[in-house]
Amino acid sequence: MNILIFILLNLLKVAVVTVIFLMAVAYTVLLERKLVGRIQNRWGPSRVGPFGLLQPLADGLKLFLKEDLMPTAVFRPLFILAPIIALSCALISIGVIPFGENIRWHGVDMFQIADLNIGLLVILGVTSVGIYGIALSGWSSNNKYSLLGSLRSSAQMVSYELALGLSVIGVVLRTGSLRLRDIVNLQNTHGILSWNIFGGLQIVAFFIYLCAAFAETNRTPFDLPEAESELTAGYHTEYSSMKFAMFFMAEYANMITVGCVATVLFLGGWSSPFGSLFPAFGGPLVQALLPVFWFVLKVFSFLFLYVWVRGTLPRFRYDQLMGFGWKFLLPIAIVNVMATSLVLAFHG
Amino acid sequence: MNVAVFILFALLCLGGALNLLLQRHPINSALSLIVVMSSLSVLYLLLGAEFLALAQIIVYSGAIMVLFVFVIMLLNAGEEERTHGSRAAYLAGIPGVLALFAVLAGTFITLRLSFGGTRLGSFLVTTGDLSRVLFRDLLLPFEVTSVLILVAILGAVVLARKEH
Repeated sequence: MNILIFILLNLLKVAVVTVIFLMAVAYTVLLERKLVGRIQNRWGPSRVGPFGLLQPLADGLKLFLKEDLMPTAVFRPLFILAPIIALSCALISIGVIPFGENIRWHGVDMFQIADLNIGLLVILGVTSVGIYGIALSGWSSNNKYSLLGSLRSSAQMVSYELALGLSVIGVVLRTGSLRLRDIVNLQNTHGILSWNIFGGLQIVAFFIYLCAAFAETNRTPFDLPEAESELTAGYHTEYSSMKFAMFFMAEYANMITVGCVATVLFLGGWSSPFGSLFPAFGGPLVQALLPVFWFVLKVFSFLFLYVWVRGTLPRFRYDQLMGFGWKFLLPIAIVNVMATSLVLAFHG
Repeated sequence: MNVAVFILFALLCLGGALNLLLQRHPINSALSLIVVMSSLSVLYLLLGAEFLALAQIIVYSGAIMVLFVFVIMLLNAGEEERTHGSRAAYLAGIPGVLALFAVLAGTFITLRLSFGGTRLGSFLVTTGDLSRVLFRDLLLPFEVTSVLILVAILGAVVLARKEH
């Protein structure tokens, strides 16, 4: 009987997290359209529902009802497989991210799907497999714009993955563990002062992670794979209806995942910025949900930053992008790893 | 449970390897190789080698195979021509592979007792354990290997450098 409850609760947890995640993806699109609208001095979507709040529903319905075109010259199996790879890789990473204290109910961890010893590596691994979605979509479309877009994108993702991987090493060195809960617990003691970005002196690593993450998710100022002025739409030019929607969702899901990882690694995860400055208030329910509130707030500010950057910065040129990744970010990341290990060796 | 997972992924691995040989289109072969690499990583995970399993995914399935796919995409290789293959390859190759397999299997079965064994899933090497072995007991071989890789990188840079 107990094992049955355990399995049911786990399934329920996975379902709830997935639904919330997909809703978050839909509303991130709305957030982006609204914010970019305000930055450009217009209102953004405002017709469907109050403040345009039902716009994601309308968009989803529209994409779902569109005709699913299958161009004649595509390589069919991979053309269909590519968006599935992209979306599933984007959805898997959320499974290892902790978004609240380790509170157990019937032996089930309420605020994390899977607590793995190697959680951080799982995220890096899933990201590196996710490249195939984009690479294969461009190739199988049999379209020169798609191919160019996907080549750019894969080259960019492979290059920036190095800087991304090296930037998190400082955090791992400080924690001595690849488990995401351990990483947050270390930053949980004195509020904002013990977060890795400030107390851990990982602010350089945070900057590297930020740049590399923008490039990994193909967002402005590194959105060359879909530079519409030169490549029509890049790797998803030939896609329509739900297949296009899957790429679209994968991009926004990746943004949220990157925000979650940045929060966990550098911004103290679910820990409150005030530490234990204020006495605990409310019942156990409030105390359990308050960390989740902080976590969501941090991820939200990260997404806000994403949109703000998109509304502000122009696109890089491709050689500038590669030069920035290999000649600037990578050396700085290596220096950061060396400096962190030296400091830890003499003071840790 | 462990045995079921083992059988599933071992079959997937073998199927991927066979598919790699039988496919006519290079990109399908490359994708089968990714399946092989990824199922191997699940087998490592079953043996408790967490770090190795994920390193396999990140390095082989992620980085190296992306380069393979990249090259195939750039060269725009089409379908291979189907030839009948050389008779010598069939005559010598298949018995040769079978003989090699038999010798290896025989060796492992006879040496099984001296190797010792473990049950699937009863064994866990954490990243900490692994790094203690790598950076304490095997530090010299580890560093020598890294110098070897550095030499390879320098060679690649020299080869790719433009002539002025």
